[in-house]
Amino acid sequence: MSSIQERQDEIIEEFSMFEDWMQRYEYMIELGKSLPLIDEKHKTEENIIKGCQSRVWVYAEMEKDNVEFTADSDAIITKGIIAILIRVFSGQKPEDIISADTGFIDAIGLKEHLSPTRANGLVSMIKQMKMYAIAYNSQQNNKA
Amino acid sequence: MTNTSEQILDISKIREDFPILKREINGKPLVYFDNAATSQTPRQVIDCIVDYYENKNANIHRGVHSLSQIATDAYEAARETVRKHFNAEFAHEIILTSGTTHSINLVANGYASVLKPEDEILVSAMEHHSNIVPWQMLCQKTGSQLKVIPMLHTGELDMEAYKELLNENTKLVFVNHVSNALGTINPIEQIINLAHGVDAKVLIDGAQAAPHLKADVQALDVDYYTVSAHKICGPTGVGMLYGKEELLNMLPPYQGGGEMISEVTFEKTTYAGLPHKFEAGTPNISGGIAFGAALDYMNNIGFDAIAAYEMELLNYATSEIQQIEEVEIYGTSPDKKTAVLSFNIAGLHPYDIGTLLDKMGIAVRTGHHCAQPIMEFYKIPGTVRASFSFYNTKAEIDAFITALKKAKSMLL
Repeated sequence: MSSIQERQDEIIEEFSMFEDWMQRYEYMIELGKSLPLIDEKHKTEENIIKGCQSRVWVYAEMEKDNVEFTADSDAIITKGIIAILIRVFSGQKPEDIISADTGFIDAIGLKEHLSPTRANGLVSMIKQMKMYAIAYNSQQNNKA
Repeated sequence: MTNTSEQILDISKIREDFPILKREINGKPLVYFDNAATSQTPRQVIDCIVDYYENKNANIHRGVHSLSQIATDAYEAARETVRKHFNAEFAHEIILTSGTTHSINLVANGYASVLKPEDEILVSAMEHHSNIVPWQMLCQKTGSQLKVIPMLHTGELDMEAYKELLNENTKLVFVNHVSNALGTINPIEQIINLAHGVDAKVLIDGAQAAPHLKADVQALDVDYYTVSAHKICGPTGVGMLYGKEELLNMLPPYQGGGEMISEVTFEKTTYAGLPHKFEAGTPNISGGIAFGAALDYMNNIGFDAIAAYEMELLNYATSEIQQIEEVEIYGTSPDKKTAVLSFNIAGLHPYDIGTLLDKMGIAVRTGHHCAQPIMEFYKIPGTVRASFSFYNTKAEIDAFITALKKAKSMLL
């Protein structure tokens, strides 16, 4: 099981091979198509991340000690972005997700999506995933 | 598109007036097709703003000193330019506001003390949120009923339904002159006449019409008409509320402050006359003056020529985009439409298309265009909207179509 940092480095390396924006976006569209889809029953209003233009659902469950994420969106580029986040965060321990740095977004040339006013709500997605991790972390602490 | 129109307007010379059109976006020449959101600013208007701060800057309507008088004269001259452009009877019927949204809120706020619970307000189904929300807020205050004039699938208003909705309780009717999401030109003459038949007053939101056609408020017999300068080559943060003199006199002031008073004691304040009653505080002076400069600029080119050329651009873009399979266009009455092309490609999200077009230097708007009820009507999350202006070219439309085909092939 690779760590969050290792997975981020892997992604940075993959993206560094692309020569232009078109290859980068083609890859993101491919990733979007392979997104681990959320179960239809979790595609509820409360799992929706409010973005202006595309709808995004994120759901998380605990598998042993790790958080597993699934998601969906009606826009394919948004799905690609969330697929990257899931690759980094899914299967990780809640405390690692909470403390993870997300500077790799900048390193793979997607900084433009980080603006808080950007319609796809990348910032909100990261926040939502961390919120799940915080919730599961406090659950674990309560049990212990 | 014939060469004649481009020659009549001398588009390459016009483009020289707009410094921003020379810049690149994402390494590609900018193709700016988001004119319905805001227009670009010509050198003449930019120079006017610079000249104000370099030579005329002083507070208006107050100073005994010469500079204040110079600034006041320039500001009032701009008001006169606006009056003339829209053919209002009096300059004091032109209230300079921060824009259409401010203008609408000013009227809505004024009617809070006029309306009764049994009164009814009609808004069209194709309004911008800024012409829906203020009236909803007004109805919450007064208990009046907000009713909706429905639209047809072609993107036109259902005039038969409108006639049925009108009754003696109807006090106000709000319709945009041109829909921002679809480009539909609404039959406002008829809408106004019918409303006056039941003694209702009419506010027409002219924000999307002003860049493409000249409204004559007296000929229309419209009660209130609103415009934003930034959609007609002017600066942001300034616009107009036109209102008939007796109606503006009837409305209470919107904001209290300096400039809008006649006499103030702690017991009682008497308000200034029109237009100052509605212009509390120091206004956007440079913006107001530049608003006048923008209208001068567009009138020099000529609205007939602008409309004819933009229609050619729209027709060309419409026929080119229809060559792409599975394109659906919204708002399909071309003879009653401004240069707005609102569309989707089957199976693709407008956000994805807009993102990829941006990467290729093409600026379009995607989403619900602040007109969610229209999107709800068509059962779509949004559209891609390409909106054209007189400084756009057929070559830019070609670049847009090529980019659109590329985006489609990447996404499918």
